[in-house]
Amino acid sequence: MGNTITEKILAAHCSRDSVKPGELINAEIDVIMCHDVTTTPAIDMLAEKGLSKVAYPERVVIMPDHFVPNKDIKSAEMVARIRRWAREQNIEKFYDLGRHGVCHALLPEQGHVKPGTTIICGDSHTSTHGALGAFSTGIGSTDLAAALATGELWFKVPETMLFRLSGKLGKGVYAKDVILEIIRRIGVDGALYKTMEFTGELIEALSVESRMTICNMAIEAGGKSGIINPDQKTTDYVKARTDEPFEIYQSDPDAEYCQIIEIDVSNLEPLVAFPHLPSNGQPVSQIPDIPVDQAYLGSCTNGRIEDLRVAAEILKGKKVARNTRMIVVPATTEIWKQANREGLLDIFMNAGATVSTPTCGACLGGHMGILAAGERCISSTNRNFVGRMGSPKSEVYLGSPATVAASAVEGKIADPRKYLQEKP
Amino acid sequence: MTGKAHCYQRDHINTDEIIPARYLNMDKEADLAKHAMEDIDTDFVRRVKEGDVIVAGVDFGCGSSREHAVWALRGAGVRAVIADTFARIFYRNCINNGFIAIECRGISQKVATGDNLEIDVEKGIIKNLTKNERYEFPAIPDFARDIIDAGGLLDYISRKVK
Repeated sequence: MGNTITEKILAAHCSRDSVKPGELINAEIDVIMCHDVTTTPAIDMLAEKGLSKVAYPERVVIMPDHFVPNKDIKSAEMVARIRRWAREQNIEKFYDLGRHGVCHALLPEQGHVKPGTTIICGDSHTSTHGALGAFSTGIGSTDLAAALATGELWFKVPETMLFRLSGKLGKGVYAKDVILEIIRRIGVDGALYKTMEFTGELIEALSVESRMTICNMAIEAGGKSGIINPDQKTTDYVKARTDEPFEIYQSDPDAEYCQIIEIDVSNLEPLVAFPHLPSNGQPVSQIPDIPVDQAYLGSCTNGRIEDLRVAAEILKGKKVARNTRMIVVPATTEIWKQANREGLLDIFMNAGATVSTPTCGACLGGHMGILAAGERCISSTNRNFVGRMGSPKSEVYLGSPATVAASAVEGKIADPRKYLQEKP
Repeated sequence: MTGKAHCYQRDHINTDEIIPARYLNMDKEADLAKHAMEDIDTDFVRRVKEGDVIVAGVDFGCGSSREHAVWALRGAGVRAVIADTFARIFYRNCINNGFIAIECRGISQKVATGDNLEIDVEKGIIKNLTKNERYEFPAIPDFARDIIDAGGLLDYISRKVK
Protein backbone atom coordinates (compact mmCIF):
# COMPACT_ATOMS: atom_id res chain seq x y z
CA MET A 1 0.00 0.00 0.00
CA GLY A 2 1.19 3.50 -0.81
CA ASN A 3 0.91 6.63 1.27
CA THR A 4 -1.05 9.84 1.08
CA ILE A 5 0.63 13.23 0.80
CA THR A 6 -0.35 13.92 4.41
CA GLU A 7 1.26 10.70 5.66
CA LYS A 8 4.44 11.45 3.69
CA ILE A 9 4.77 14.97 5.05
CA LEU A 10 4.18 13.82 8.62
CA ALA A 11 6.65 10.93 8.27
CA ALA A 12 9.33 13.28 6.96
CA HIS A 13 8.74 15.58 9.94
CA CYS A 14 9.26 12.86 12.56
CA SER A 15 12.25 11.23 10.81
CA ARG A 16 10.39 8.10 9.84
CA ASP A 17 10.09 6.27 6.53
CA SER A 18 6.33 6.06 6.87
CA VAL A 19 3.48 6.60 9.30
CA LYS A 20 0.01 5.08 9.44
CA PRO A 21 -3.32 6.62 10.47
CA GLY A 22 -3.90 6.37 14.23
CA GLU A 23 -0.22 6.54 15.16
CA LEU A 24 0.83 9.22 17.63
CA ILE A 25 3.85 11.20 16.52
CA ASN A 26 5.84 14.26 17.49
CA ALA A 27 6.22 16.29 14.32
CA GLU A 28 8.73 19.05 13.62
CA ILE A 29 6.85 22.30 12.88
CA ASP A 30 8.17 24.51 10.08
CA VAL A 31 5.90 27.54 10.43
CA ILE A 32 4.21 28.79 13.59
CA MET A 33 1.76 31.57 12.81
CA CYS A 34 0.58 33.81 15.65
CA HIS A 35 -2.38 36.21 15.62
CA ASP A 36 -3.75 38.60 18.21
CA VAL A 37 -6.42 36.48 19.89
CA THR A 38 -4.72 33.19 20.75
CA THR A 39 -1.10 34.25 21.25
CA THR A 40 -1.11 36.18 24.53
CA PRO A 41 -2.37 33.17 26.53
CA ALA A 42 0.51 31.13 25.06
CA ILE A 43 3.03 33.82 26.05
CA ASP A 44 1.65 33.81 29.62
CA MET A 45 1.75 30.03 29.87
CA LEU A 46 5.35 29.88 28.71
CA ALA A 47 6.41 32.50 31.23
CA GLU A 48 4.55 30.70 34.00
CA LYS A 49 6.23 27.38 33.23
CA GLY A 50 9.68 28.91 32.85
CA LEU A 51 9.82 27.97 29.15
CA SER A 52 9.90 31.53 27.94
CA LYS A 53 12.56 31.13 25.21
CA VAL A 54 11.18 30.51 21.74
CA ALA A 55 13.14 27.59 20.30
CA TYR A 56 13.22 28.76 16.67
CA PRO A 57 12.29 32.45 16.29
CA GLU A 58 12.91 32.24 12.54
CA ARG A 59 9.96 29.85 12.17
CA VAL A 60 7.50 32.25 13.80
CA VAL A 61 5.34 34.63 11.74
CA ILE A 62 3.19 37.15 13.64
CA MET A 63 0.21 38.90 12.12
CA PRO A 64 -2.42 40.53 14.34
CA ASP A 65 -5.65 40.41 12.35
CA HIS A 66 -8.79 39.70 14.34
CA PHE A 67 -9.32 43.03 16.05
CA VAL A 68 -7.04 45.24 13.93
CA PRO A 69 -6.92 48.18 13.82
CA ASN A 70 -7.25 47.78 17.61
CA LYS A 71 -10.94 47.84 18.39
CA ASP A 72 -10.68 48.75 22.06
CA ILE A 73 -8.23 49.17 24.94
CA LYS A 74 -8.13 45.48 25.79
CA SER A 75 -7.28 44.40 22.25
CA ALA A 76 -4.72 47.22 21.98
CA GLU A 77 -3.02 45.88 25.09
CA MET A 78 -2.98 42.34 23.73
CA VAL A 79 -1.17 43.45 20.57
CA ALA A 80 1.18 45.70 22.56
CA ARG A 81 2.21 42.67 24.62
CA ILE A 82 2.76 40.60 21.47
CA ARG A 83 4.98 43.36 20.03
CA ARG A 84 7.12 43.44 23.20
CA TRP A 85 7.38 39.66 23.23
CA ALA A 86 8.39 39.55 19.55
CA ARG A 87 11.20 42.03 20.26
CA GLU A 88 12.41 40.05 23.29
CA GLN A 89 12.39 36.83 21.28
CA ASN A 90 14.02 38.34 18.17
CA ILE A 91 11.08 37.35 15.99
CA GLU A 92 11.52 39.39 12.83
CA LYS A 93 8.53 38.31 10.74
CA PHE A 94 5.93 40.69 12.15
CA TYR A 95 3.20 42.10 9.91
CA ASP A 96 2.01 45.13 11.81
CA LEU A 97 -0.59 47.68 10.71
CA GLY A 98 0.30 48.94 7.24
CA ARG A 99 1.55 45.52 6.11
CA HIS A 100 -1.31 43.71 7.83
CA GLY A 101 -3.89 41.27 6.59
CA VAL A 102 -6.08 38.34 7.51
CA CYS A 103 -3.53 35.72 8.49
CA HIS A 104 -4.60 32.91 6.16
CA ALA A 105 -4.54 35.25 3.17
CA LEU A 106 -1.30 36.95 4.20
CA LEU A 107 0.79 33.85 5.02
CA PRO A 108 0.76 32.34 1.51
CA GLU A 109 0.79 35.75 -0.20
CA GLN A 110 4.03 36.65 1.56
CA GLY A 111 5.74 33.39 0.64
CA HIS A 112 5.63 31.69 4.03
CA VAL A 113 3.69 28.66 2.79
CA LYS A 114 5.75 26.07 0.93
CA PRO A 115 4.70 22.62 -0.26
CA GLY A 116 5.74 19.74 1.95
CA THR A 117 5.98 21.81 5.14
CA THR A 118 4.09 21.64 8.45
CA ILE A 119 2.21 24.74 9.58
CA ILE A 120 0.21 25.47 12.71
CA CYS A 121 -1.69 28.45 14.02
CA GLY A 122 -4.06 28.99 16.92
CA ASP A 123 -6.87 29.37 14.45
CA SER A 124 -9.23 26.80 13.03
CA HIS A 125 -8.99 28.02 9.43
CA THR A 126 -5.30 27.10 9.26
CA SER A 127 -6.49 24.27 7.01
CA THR A 128 -6.29 26.88 4.20
CA HIS A 129 -2.59 26.27 3.52
CA GLY A 130 -3.09 22.69 2.48
CA ALA A 131 -4.06 24.24 -0.86
CA LEU A 132 -0.31 24.54 -1.52
CA GLY A 133 0.47 20.96 -0.54
CA ALA A 134 1.45 21.61 3.10
CA PHE A 135 0.18 19.87 6.23
CA SER A 136 -1.52 22.74 8.00
CA THR A 137 -3.86 22.58 10.96
CA GLY A 138 -5.51 24.69 13.63
CA ILE A 139 -4.63 24.22 17.28
CA GLY A 140 -5.22 25.95 20.62
CA SER A 141 -3.02 28.25 22.69
CA THR A 142 -1.42 25.48 24.76
CA ASP A 143 -0.37 23.70 21.57
CA LEU A 144 0.93 27.00 20.28
CA ALA A 145 2.97 27.45 23.46
CA ALA A 146 4.34 23.91 23.21
CA ALA A 147 5.35 24.42 19.58
CA LEU A 148 7.00 27.76 20.38
CA ALA A 149 9.00 26.17 23.21
CA THR A 150 10.08 23.00 21.41
CA GLY A 151 9.55 23.41 17.65
CA GLU A 152 7.44 20.25 17.62
CA LEU A 153 3.92 19.12 18.39
CA TRP A 154 2.07 15.85 18.97
CA PHE A 155 -0.37 14.60 16.36
CA LYS A 156 -2.42 11.55 15.74
CA VAL A 157 -1.84 10.71 12.08
CA PRO A 158 -5.24 11.31 10.50
CA GLU A 159 -7.13 9.08 8.13
CA THR A 160 -7.69 10.69 4.74
CA MET A 161 -10.97 11.15 2.89
CA LEU A 162 -10.51 11.64 -0.83
CA PHE A 163 -12.82 14.00 -2.72
CA ARG A 164 -12.58 13.42 -6.45
CA LEU A 165 -14.17 16.40 -8.15
CA SER A 166 -15.04 16.19 -11.83
CA GLY A 167 -16.81 18.41 -14.32
CA LYS A 168 -16.64 22.12 -15.09
CA LEU A 169 -18.24 24.87 -13.03
CA GLY A 170 -21.11 26.67 -14.69
CA LYS A 171 -21.49 30.44 -14.92
CA GLY A 172 -21.74 32.09 -11.49
CA VAL A 173 -20.60 28.98 -9.63
CA TYR A 174 -17.33 29.06 -7.72
CA ALA A 175 -15.05 27.19 -5.33
CA LYS A 176 -17.18 28.49 -2.44
CA ASP A 177 -20.23 26.76 -3.85
CA VAL A 178 -18.23 23.55 -4.24
CA ILE A 179 -17.11 23.46 -0.62
CA LEU A 180 -20.60 24.40 0.60
CA GLU A 181 -21.91 21.47 -1.46
CA ILE A 182 -19.34 19.11 0.06
CA ILE A 183 -20.26 20.24 3.59
CA ARG A 184 -23.95 19.95 2.73
CA ARG A 185 -23.37 16.34 1.70
CA ILE A 186 -21.19 15.14 4.57
CA GLY A 187 -22.31 17.45 7.40
CA VAL A 188 -20.39 19.68 9.78
CA ASP A 189 -18.75 16.67 11.41
CA GLY A 190 -18.55 14.52 8.28
CA ALA A 191 -14.75 14.69 8.25
CA LEU A 192 -14.19 14.75 12.02
CA TYR A 193 -10.50 14.10 12.88
CA LYS A 194 -9.76 13.40 9.21
CA THR A 195 -7.80 15.01 6.41
CA MET A 196 -9.81 16.04 3.37
CA GLU A 197 -7.76 15.56 0.21
CA PHE A 198 -9.19 17.21 -2.90
CA THR A 199 -8.33 16.03 -6.38
CA GLY A 200 -9.70 15.67 -9.89
CA GLU A 201 -10.23 17.70 -13.02
CA LEU A 202 -12.04 20.51 -11.19
CA ILE A 203 -9.16 21.04 -8.76
CA GLU A 204 -6.67 21.07 -11.65
CA ALA A 205 -8.72 23.79 -13.33
CA LEU A 206 -9.04 25.98 -10.24
CA SER A 207 -6.69 28.83 -9.41
CA VAL A 208 -4.49 28.54 -6.33
CA GLU A 209 -6.71 31.12 -4.62
CA SER A 210 -9.87 29.12 -5.28
CA ARG A 211 -8.14 26.02 -3.93
CA MET A 212 -7.48 28.00 -0.75
CA THR A 213 -11.22 28.71 -0.42
CA ILE A 214 -11.91 24.98 -0.54
CA CYS A 215 -9.20 23.95 1.96
CA ASN A 216 -10.11 26.89 4.22
CA MET A 217 -13.51 25.40 4.97
CA ALA A 218 -12.33 21.83 5.63
CA ILE A 219 -12.72 22.70 9.32
CA GLU A 220 -16.43 23.43 8.70
CA ALA A 221 -16.80 19.70 7.99
CA GLY A 222 -14.81 18.91 11.16
CA GLY A 223 -11.63 18.11 9.22
CA LYS A 224 -8.17 18.25 10.75
CA SER A 225 -6.78 19.59 7.51
CA GLY A 226 -7.50 20.03 3.84
CA ILE A 227 -4.86 19.27 1.24
CA ILE A 228 -4.25 19.36 -2.50
CA ASN A 229 -1.34 17.68 -4.30
CA PRO A 230 0.97 20.36 -5.72
CA ASP A 231 1.11 20.94 -9.48
CA GLN A 232 2.66 23.52 -11.80
CA LYS A 233 0.25 26.21 -10.58
CA THR A 234 1.36 25.56 -7.01
CA THR A 235 5.07 25.80 -7.74
CA ASP A 236 4.57 28.90 -9.92
CA TYR A 237 2.65 30.59 -7.08
CA VAL A 238 5.24 29.69 -4.45
CA LYS A 239 8.35 30.47 -6.53
CA ALA A 240 6.96 33.91 -7.32
CA ARG A 241 7.00 34.60 -3.57
CA THR A 242 10.03 32.87 -2.07
CA ASP A 243 13.50 31.72 -3.11
CA GLU A 244 13.65 29.13 -0.34
CA PRO A 245 13.81 25.50 -1.46
CA PHE A 246 10.97 23.08 -0.79
CA GLU A 247 10.11 19.46 -1.31
CA ILE A 248 7.07 18.25 -3.22
CA TYR A 249 5.16 15.25 -1.90
CA GLN A 250 2.36 13.55 -3.80
CA SER A 251 -0.13 10.88 -2.80
CA ASP A 252 0.72 7.48 -4.28
CA PRO A 253 -1.80 6.01 -6.75
CA ASP A 254 -2.35 3.13 -4.31
CA ALA A 255 -2.57 5.29 -1.17
CA GLU A 256 -5.16 4.15 1.34
CA TYR A 257 -8.23 6.33 1.89
CA CYS A 258 -10.89 5.75 4.54
CA GLN A 259 -13.52 7.03 2.12
CA ILE A 260 -13.63 8.19 -1.50
CA ILE A 261 -16.36 10.63 -2.50
CA GLU A 262 -16.93 11.46 -6.15
CA ILE A 263 -18.74 14.65 -7.06
CA ASP A 264 -19.54 15.95 -10.53
CA VAL A 265 -19.90 19.73 -10.26
CA SER A 266 -21.27 20.26 -13.78
CA ASN A 267 -24.83 20.88 -12.63
CA LEU A 268 -23.99 22.61 -9.36
CA GLU A 269 -25.87 25.85 -8.69
CA PRO A 270 -24.75 28.75 -6.50
CA LEU A 271 -25.48 27.67 -2.92
CA VAL A 272 -26.56 29.65 0.10
CA ALA A 273 -26.00 28.14 3.57
CA PHE A 274 -28.88 29.05 5.86
CA PRO A 275 -28.51 29.81 9.56
CA HIS A 276 -27.04 28.38 11.73
CA LEU A 277 -24.79 25.76 10.15
CA PRO A 278 -22.51 25.83 7.10
CA SER A 279 -24.06 22.49 6.08
CA ASN A 280 -27.47 24.11 5.46
CA GLY A 281 -26.74 24.85 1.79
CA GLN A 282 -29.66 25.37 -0.57
CA PRO A 283 -29.60 26.10 -4.32
CA VAL A 284 -30.13 29.83 -4.79
CA SER A 285 -32.84 29.28 -7.43
CA GLN A 286 -35.03 27.47 -4.93
CA ILE A 287 -35.07 29.83 -2.00
CA PRO A 288 -37.83 32.29 -1.05
CA ASP A 289 -37.36 36.07 -0.87
CA ILE A 290 -34.93 36.77 1.97
CA PRO A 291 -34.26 40.50 2.43
CA VAL A 292 -30.78 41.33 3.76
CA ASP A 293 -29.68 44.29 5.90
CA GLN A 294 -26.00 43.73 5.20
CA ALA A 295 -23.83 42.15 2.52
CA TYR A 296 -20.30 41.29 3.67
CA LEU A 297 -17.46 40.56 1.27
CA GLY A 298 -14.20 39.54 2.88
CA SER A 299 -12.49 37.04 5.22
CA CYS A 300 -9.85 34.32 4.93
CA THR A 301 -12.34 32.34 2.86
CA ASN A 302 -13.23 34.89 0.20
CA GLY A 303 -11.41 38.21 0.56
CA ARG A 304 -8.77 37.68 -2.12
CA ILE A 305 -8.32 39.62 -5.36
CA GLU A 306 -10.25 37.18 -7.56
CA ASP A 307 -13.17 37.44 -5.12
CA LEU A 308 -13.14 41.23 -5.33
CA ARG A 309 -12.93 41.08 -9.14
CA VAL A 310 -16.03 38.89 -9.40
CA ALA A 311 -17.99 41.12 -7.04
CA ALA A 312 -16.89 44.24 -8.93
CA GLU A 313 -18.00 42.73 -12.23
CA ILE A 314 -21.49 42.45 -10.79
CA LEU A 315 -21.53 45.82 -9.01
CA LYS A 316 -20.04 47.88 -11.84
CA GLY A 317 -22.48 50.66 -12.72
CA LYS A 318 -25.06 49.41 -10.22
CA LYS A 319 -26.16 50.52 -6.78
CA VAL A 320 -26.43 48.67 -3.52
CA ALA A 321 -30.15 48.44 -2.65
CA ARG A 322 -31.61 51.25 -0.54
CA ASN A 323 -32.21 49.24 2.62
CA THR A 324 -29.00 47.23 2.43
CA ARG A 325 -25.47 48.22 3.38
CA MET A 326 -22.44 46.53 1.87
CA ILE A 327 -19.02 46.15 3.47
CA VAL A 328 -15.99 45.12 1.40
CA VAL A 329 -12.89 44.00 3.29
CA PRO A 330 -9.89 43.16 1.09
CA ALA A 331 -8.09 40.44 3.03
CA THR A 332 -4.58 41.91 2.93
CA THR A 333 -2.83 45.22 2.35
CA GLU A 334 -1.44 43.97 -0.98
CA ILE A 335 -4.91 42.88 -2.11
CA TRP A 336 -6.27 46.30 -1.10
CA LYS A 337 -3.57 48.02 -3.17
CA GLN A 338 -4.12 45.71 -6.13
CA ALA A 339 -7.89 46.28 -6.01
CA ASN A 340 -7.22 50.01 -5.90
CA ARG A 341 -4.92 49.84 -8.95
CA GLU A 342 -7.55 47.87 -10.87
CA GLY A 343 -10.27 50.39 -10.03
CA LEU A 344 -12.27 47.85 -8.06
CA LEU A 345 -12.45 50.01 -4.94
CA ASP A 346 -13.98 52.83 -6.98
CA ILE A 347 -16.57 50.45 -8.35
CA PHE A 348 -17.53 49.39 -4.82
CA MET A 349 -17.63 52.93 -3.44
CA ASN A 350 -19.60 54.23 -6.44
CA ALA A 351 -22.12 51.47 -5.92
CA GLY A 352 -22.63 52.69 -2.37
CA ALA A 353 -20.63 49.98 -0.63
CA THR A 354 -17.93 50.88 1.86
CA VAL A 355 -14.39 49.51 1.73
CA SER A 356 -12.53 48.89 4.97
CA THR A 357 -8.93 48.13 5.82
CA PRO A 358 -8.03 44.42 6.07
CA THR A 359 -9.28 42.78 9.28
CA CYS A 360 -11.11 39.64 10.40
CA GLY A 361 -13.49 42.23 11.79
CA ALA A 362 -17.14 41.36 11.55
CA CYS A 363 -16.65 37.81 10.26
CA LEU A 364 -16.37 36.66 13.84
CA GLY A 365 -18.46 39.43 15.35
CA GLY A 366 -15.36 41.37 16.36
CA HIS A 367 -15.94 44.88 15.01
CA MET A 368 -16.44 46.93 11.80
CA GLY A 369 -19.86 45.66 10.79
CA ILE A 370 -21.61 43.98 13.74
CA LEU A 371 -25.23 42.91 13.30
CA ALA A 372 -28.11 44.08 15.52
CA ALA A 373 -30.84 41.78 16.83
CA GLY A 374 -33.17 40.83 14.00
CA GLU A 375 -30.71 41.79 11.26
CA ARG A 376 -29.75 39.50 8.44
CA CYS A 377 -26.47 39.32 6.53
CA ILE A 378 -25.40 37.56 3.34
CA SER A 379 -21.72 36.90 3.79
CA SER A 380 -18.76 35.47 1.89
CA THR A 381 -17.32 34.22 5.20
CA ASN A 382 -17.17 30.70 6.58
CA ARG A 383 -19.50 30.39 9.60
CA ASN A 384 -23.13 31.21 10.21
CA PHE A 385 -23.35 30.07 13.82
CA VAL A 386 -25.70 31.76 16.28
CA GLY A 387 -24.30 35.21 17.08
CA ARG A 388 -21.28 34.74 14.82
CA MET A 389 -21.42 38.26 13.36
CA GLY A 390 -23.05 40.03 16.28
CA SER A 391 -26.32 39.69 18.16
CA PRO A 392 -27.35 36.12 18.97
CA LYS A 393 -30.67 37.20 17.44
CA SER A 394 -29.13 38.06 14.05
CA GLU A 395 -28.84 35.71 11.07
CA VAL A 396 -25.95 34.94 8.73
CA TYR A 397 -26.34 33.34 5.29
CA LEU A 398 -23.18 32.13 3.55
CA GLY A 399 -22.53 32.40 -0.17
CA SER A 400 -19.89 33.14 -2.78
CA PRO A 401 -18.61 36.69 -3.43
CA ALA A 402 -20.81 36.75 -6.55
CA THR A 403 -23.90 35.81 -4.55
CA VAL A 404 -23.03 38.48 -1.96
CA ALA A 405 -22.68 41.15 -4.65
CA ALA A 406 -25.89 40.20 -6.47
CA SER A 407 -27.74 40.16 -3.14
CA ALA A 408 -26.42 43.62 -2.29
CA VAL A 409 -27.83 44.95 -5.56
CA GLU A 410 -31.26 43.39 -5.04
CA GLY A 411 -31.47 43.86 -1.27
CA LYS A 412 -32.38 40.22 -0.92
CA ILE A 413 -30.53 36.99 -1.46
CA ALA A 414 -30.10 36.79 -5.22
CA ASP A 415 -28.84 34.53 -7.97
CA PRO A 416 -25.62 36.03 -9.39
CA ARG A 417 -25.88 34.25 -12.74
CA LYS A 418 -28.07 36.85 -14.37
CA TYR A 419 -25.40 39.52 -13.77
CA LEU A 420 -22.54 37.63 -15.39
CA GLN A 421 -21.37 37.09 -18.94
CA GLU A 422 -21.26 33.53 -20.23
CA LYS A 423 -17.82 31.99 -19.71
CA PRO A 424 -15.89 31.24 -22.92
CA MET B 1 -15.58 12.45 40.89
CA THR B 2 -19.26 13.30 41.33
CA GLY B 3 -21.15 16.21 39.83
CA LYS B 4 -24.52 17.48 38.77
CA ALA B 5 -25.34 17.32 35.04
CA HIS B 6 -26.30 20.20 32.78
CA CYS B 7 -27.63 18.40 29.73
CA TYR B 8 -27.81 19.86 26.22
CA GLN B 9 -29.23 17.35 23.80
CA ARG B 10 -28.41 19.55 20.82
CA ASP B 11 -25.61 18.55 18.46
CA HIS B 12 -22.82 20.82 17.17
CA ILE B 13 -22.64 23.24 20.10
CA ASN B 14 -19.83 25.48 18.89
CA THR B 15 -17.14 27.50 20.63
CA ASP B 16 -18.81 30.77 19.56
CA GLU B 17 -21.73 29.73 21.77
CA ILE B 18 -19.50 28.51 24.60
CA ILE B 19 -17.58 31.80 24.65
CA PRO B 20 -18.65 34.46 22.12
CA ALA B 21 -15.92 36.30 20.20
CA ARG B 22 -16.96 39.61 21.76
CA TYR B 23 -15.13 38.44 24.89
CA LEU B 24 -11.94 37.34 23.14
CA ASN B 25 -10.26 40.62 24.02
CA MET B 26 -9.80 38.92 27.42
CA ASP B 27 -7.90 35.74 28.19
CA LYS B 28 -8.11 35.29 31.97
CA GLU B 29 -10.16 32.34 33.15
CA ALA B 30 -12.07 34.35 35.76
CA ASP B 31 -13.13 37.00 33.19
CA LEU B 32 -14.18 34.43 30.60
CA ALA B 33 -16.06 32.34 33.17
CA LYS B 34 -18.66 35.10 33.60
CA HIS B 35 -19.78 34.49 30.00
CA ALA B 36 -19.57 30.69 29.72
CA MET B 37 -22.28 29.22 27.47
CA GLU B 38 -23.78 32.69 27.12
CA ASP B 39 -25.08 32.38 23.56
CA ILE B 40 -26.77 29.05 24.12
CA ASP B 41 -27.90 29.37 27.75
CA THR B 42 -27.87 32.87 29.22
CA ASP B 43 -28.69 31.56 32.68
CA PHE B 44 -25.93 28.94 32.81
CA VAL B 45 -23.41 30.87 34.88
CA ARG B 46 -26.01 31.59 37.55
CA ARG B 47 -26.96 27.91 37.88
CA VAL B 48 -23.61 26.18 37.54
CA LYS B 49 -21.87 25.02 40.72
CA GLU B 50 -18.27 23.99 41.30
CA GLY B 51 -17.81 20.38 40.21
CA ASP B 52 -20.76 20.23 37.79
CA VAL B 53 -20.62 18.33 34.52
CA ILE B 54 -21.82 19.31 31.03
CA VAL B 55 -23.48 16.59 28.96
CA ALA B 56 -24.03 17.22 25.25
CA GLY B 57 -24.72 15.68 21.84
CA VAL B 58 -22.37 15.09 18.94
CA ASP B 59 -19.51 17.34 17.81
CA PHE B 60 -19.35 19.43 20.99
CA GLY B 61 -16.94 22.35 20.69
CA CYS B 62 -16.91 22.65 16.90
CA GLY B 63 -15.83 25.82 15.11
CA SER B 64 -13.19 28.25 16.29
CA SER B 65 -10.01 26.87 17.88
CA ARG B 66 -10.31 29.27 20.83
CA GLU B 67 -9.03 27.51 23.94
CA HIS B 68 -10.94 30.24 25.78
CA ALA B 69 -13.91 27.82 25.53
CA VAL B 70 -12.18 25.31 27.83
CA TRP B 71 -11.04 28.07 30.20
CA ALA B 72 -14.51 29.62 30.37
CA LEU B 73 -16.08 26.29 31.32
CA ARG B 74 -13.37 25.39 33.82
CA GLY B 75 -13.46 28.88 35.30
CA ALA B 76 -17.23 28.61 35.74
CA GLY B 77 -16.70 25.49 37.84
CA VAL B 78 -17.33 22.78 35.25
CA ARG B 79 -15.24 19.72 36.12
CA ALA B 80 -15.81 17.63 32.98
CA VAL B 81 -17.67 17.52 29.68
CA ILE B 82 -19.26 14.28 28.51
CA ALA B 83 -20.48 14.28 24.92
CA ASP B 84 -21.56 11.82 22.25
CA THR B 85 -18.55 13.07 20.26
CA PHE B 86 -16.22 16.07 20.33
CA ALA B 87 -14.87 18.36 17.66
CA ARG B 88 -11.17 17.78 17.24
CA ILE B 89 -9.55 21.05 18.34
CA PHE B 90 -11.76 21.38 21.42
CA TYR B 91 -10.96 17.79 22.43
CA ARG B 92 -7.27 18.46 21.98
CA ASN B 93 -7.51 21.65 24.01
CA CYS B 94 -9.17 19.70 26.84
CA ILE B 95 -6.35 17.15 26.93
CA ASN B 96 -3.71 19.87 26.77
CA ASN B 97 -5.32 21.59 29.76
CA GLY B 98 -5.67 18.44 31.81
CA PHE B 99 -9.45 18.96 31.60
CA ILE B 100 -11.63 15.85 31.47
CA ALA B 101 -13.49 15.33 28.16
CA ILE B 102 -15.22 11.98 27.83
CA GLU B 103 -16.68 10.57 24.63
CA CYS B 104 -19.68 8.41 25.47
CA ARG B 105 -22.01 7.66 22.56
CA GLY B 106 -25.69 8.16 23.31
CA ILE B 107 -25.08 9.92 26.65
CA SER B 108 -27.08 13.01 25.68
CA GLN B 109 -30.24 10.91 25.36
CA LYS B 110 -29.79 9.15 28.70
CA VAL B 111 -28.91 11.89 31.15
CA ALA B 112 -31.20 14.73 32.23
CA THR B 113 -30.27 18.07 33.73
CA GLY B 114 -29.97 17.71 37.48
CA ASP B 115 -28.90 14.05 37.45
CA ASN B 116 -26.02 13.26 39.76
CA LEU B 117 -23.18 11.59 37.89
CA GLU B 118 -20.25 9.70 39.36
CA ILE B 119 -17.39 9.38 36.88
CA ASP B 120 -14.65 6.79 37.15
CA VAL B 121 -12.09 7.82 34.55
CA GLU B 122 -9.81 4.83 35.27
CA LYS B 123 -12.49 2.22 34.74
CA GLY B 124 -14.42 4.07 32.04
CA ILE B 125 -17.72 4.06 33.92
CA ILE B 126 -20.30 6.78 34.55
CA LYS B 127 -22.86 6.02 37.26
CA ASN B 128 -26.10 7.97 37.12
CA LEU B 129 -26.89 8.09 40.84
CA THR B 130 -30.25 9.77 40.23
CA LYS B 131 -31.56 7.20 37.76
CA ASN B 132 -29.51 4.31 39.07
CA GLU B 133 -28.03 3.66 35.63
CA ARG B 134 -24.54 2.89 34.48
CA TYR B 135 -22.85 3.88 31.23
CA GLU B 136 -19.50 2.72 29.91
CA PHE B 137 -17.09 4.72 27.81
CA PRO B 138 -13.84 3.83 26.00
CA ALA B 139 -10.80 4.54 28.15
CA ILE B 140 -9.03 7.82 27.52
CA PRO B 141 -5.90 6.88 25.47
CA ASP B 142 -2.70 6.40 27.53
CA PHE B 143 -0.92 9.26 25.82
CA ALA B 144 -3.75 11.65 26.65
CA ARG B 145 -3.90 10.28 30.20
CA ASP B 146 -0.20 10.99 30.68
CA ILE B 147 -0.74 14.62 29.64
CA ILE B 148 -3.84 14.96 31.82
CA ASP B 149 -2.07 13.38 34.79
CA ALA B 150 0.90 15.74 34.34
CA GLY B 151 -1.55 18.63 34.65
CA GLY B 152 -1.50 19.55 30.97
CA LEU B 153 0.74 19.56 27.92
CA LEU B 154 3.16 22.24 29.10
CA ASP B 155 3.87 20.48 32.38
CA TYR B 156 4.28 17.29 30.40
CA ILE B 157 6.88 18.74 28.03
CA SER B 158 8.59 21.09 30.48
CA ARG B 159 10.49 18.18 32.01
CA LYS B 160 11.78 17.30 28.55
CA VAL B 161 12.85 20.83 27.66
CA LYS B 162 14.53 21.83 30.92
